[in-house]
Amino acid sequence: MKGLSQSNRQRAQLSLLLGPVTIFLAIFFFTPLLIMLIYSFLMPGLYGGVEWIFYPHNYGRILGFADPTFEFFDPVYIQIFLRSLRIAATTVIITLLVCYPAAFQISRLKENWKNFSLFLIALPFFASLIVRLFIWVLILKKTGFINSTLMSLGIISEPLDMIYTEGATILGMVYIFIPFMFLPLYASVEKLDWTLVKASQDLGANGFQTFFRVILPLTMPGIIGGSILVFIPTLGNFVVPTVLGGAKVLMLGNLIEQQFLSARNWPFGAALSMLVMTGVLVMLFIYIRSETKDGDQSPATK
Amino acid sequence: MHDKIISLDNATKRFSLPEGGKINALDAIDLEVSRNEFLTLLGPSGCGKTTLLHVISGFVQLDEGQILIDGVDMGETPPHNRPVNTVFQNYALFPHMSVGENVGYALEIAHTPKPERIKRVGEALELVGLGGYADRMPRQLSGGQQQRVALARAIIARPKLLLLDEPLSALDRNLRQSMQIELKNLQAELGISFIFVTHDQEEALTMSNRVAVLNGGVIQQIDTPLNTYNYPANSFVASFVGASNLFEGKASRDGERIHIATEHNEVIEARARKDQHINGGKVTAMLRPEQFSLADGDENRAEIDVTIDQIVFLGSAYELLGKTTGGSEIKAIISAARQSRLAEVERTKTARLSYDPNAVHLIPGTGDVQ
Ligand SMILES: Nc1ncnc2c1ncn2[C@@H]1O[C@H](COP(=O)(O)OP(=O)(O)OP(=O)(O)O)[C@@H](O)[C@H]1O
Ligand SMILES: [Mg+2]
Repeated sequence: MKGLSQSNRQRAQLSLLLGPVTIFLAIFFFTPLLIMLIYSFLMPGLYGGVEWIFYPHNYGRILGFADPTFEFFDPVYIQIFLRSLRIAATTVIITLLVCYPAAFQISRLKENWKNFSLFLIALPFFASLIVRLFIWVLILKKTGFINSTLMSLGIISEPLDMIYTEGATILGMVYIFIPFMFLPLYASVEKLDWTLVKASQDLGANGFQTFFRVILPLTMPGIIGGSILVFIPTLGNFVVPTVLGGAKVLMLGNLIEQQFLSARNWPFGAALSMLVMTGVLVMLFIYIRSETKDGDQSPATK
Repeated sequence: MHDKIISLDNATKRFSLPEGGKINALDAIDLEVSRNEFLTLLGPSGCGKTTLLHVISGFVQLDEGQILIDGVDMGETPPHNRPVNTVFQNYALFPHMSVGENVGYALEIAHTPKPERIKRVGEALELVGLGGYADRMPRQLSGGQQQRVALARAIIARPKLLLLDEPLSALDRNLRQSMQIELKNLQAELGISFIFVTHDQEEALTMSNRVAVLNGGVIQQIDTPLNTYNYPANSFVASFVGASNLFEGKASRDGERIHIATEHNEVIEARARKDQHINGGKVTAMLRPEQFSLADGDENRAEIDVTIDQIVFLGSAYELLGKTTGGSEIKAIISAARQSRLAEVERTKTARLSYDPNAVHLIPGTGDVQ
């Protein structure tokens, strides 16, 4: 009895503590989201602003049922969508391939080297994003570090086209988002129980079999966590494609930014954002579902 | 078929320490295990038990010496190609696999067809008393059940040798005792050799055909449980296996009688055994606590006076803790049937204890005993 009333009191205290935060979140997170959702269904005004008329064709412009009176369905938006997905997916794969082995290496270092490595990985956060990206411009541009070095060594006679390509954009994304992949990966690699690896070998599995049957499944939460943390911000990022992709590599982030800041077509920008968000939410939902399914086997299933 | 399932010859392993220098985790170990033998490795923490198992299972490479499994030199053979399976100290069950998948892992790796796999998983689980648990996840099992799953997983591929690294240390006392019996039965049933690691001497004595006592990477003694207990080869074994009273001193011989005079001016009486030749010099005399009784004037027994510091009730017996007049610590176990005399001891805080000189075991001190 006493325990129960105590836990009730604790619950009351907890909601008192969490209350302000919840209200804060509700106001400053969900309200803008709601405004965006509403805007995405309103008609864009001629000189910016909105007309308060229900208007589904913001989505139509992207998905193929454009307003027949003055808009056309333009597949370019779907292309940008696909390109963004491709860049984000490539970024995820590259960061994963780099970070996965690195996480194992670092997790096996001695304590102080471990901490030092983690510090190095977090170090870029201390410098401005823009500065770090412009350094890549200096390295990649026509008269930049790589081209001038290669040309002075006589390896190439014409400068290579490196900057303002999809490749440069991906490079920038990888560069910026690598810590987001590394940290969750490292967390799951670090807590991997190595006696399980021994047990697997002891039971006759070679290195390959042990990797696919034991190590990979047990570090999967880190792989998925890191992939989500890289994929989502890459998809919406507009700074990297602006600086390293130039006019040729337009991504969703650029498109949305343009609609809000240059074209002043807020409803269309809102519709784009909503679509991106829906896509991301669907992915997260699928992930969470698959996680809880095998995490929630009650003893009753025997 | 080879007579010895495993033989280690001069097996030596050194680890370099982070603070510099090296430690001999295994120091010139010679060890043979016969077919169908239950051998226990007994020793204090850090004496090299796990290292020795790892040498056999292939996770640790020897610096010197040789290891043969069933007559075949294992040299560089990696762990997954050795006909040996291990039950790990913390069970090491794969958390992402069901009990059935855990147990069937070795068969799946060996590409055993599914119907046979399912059949053998069922049999193995039956054998450890967990029939019908195949679909559970390891975390839904109690410690004892996880232990059994680990056991089933390790025996399913029918290894020639099963290594068990302190498999019972995480279980409570009752469960541990019933598992001891089950393990022993299982070993007889399966007919494979077990090497069982423990630092619990009682466990070692109950379960094994032979006990190997290890200390500092060196095998101190390999013998039957009875001989290990009654005739320890040195004072380490004497004090590690069971409780003991050790008296180190100079031996002098008078016919059959041997007197050991200690630094504390006690004299312990012993009888010469045929297989020992003692003529004098340093020896250690060992008396188990239960070899003492309260003196009652029997001429065949030697006597010693002690002052008692503490009397501990053990249930069926009392433990007396005290000192000889010379100051050596004494531990004696007296049957609780001697109630009235014990009351007197409690009152006077002194006791005269007697022991049978024939039962005193002499451990060679500086090589005067051959
Ligand atoms: N990989 C290693 N590197 C350095 N030293 C090691 C290594 N493995 C073991 N040792 C040392 O070798 C000695 C023997 O270790 P081992 O693990 O075999 O002991 P153990 O008898 O199994 O002890 P416990 O009962 O505590 O499990 C110890 O001193 C240990 O510190
Ligand atoms: Mg150990």
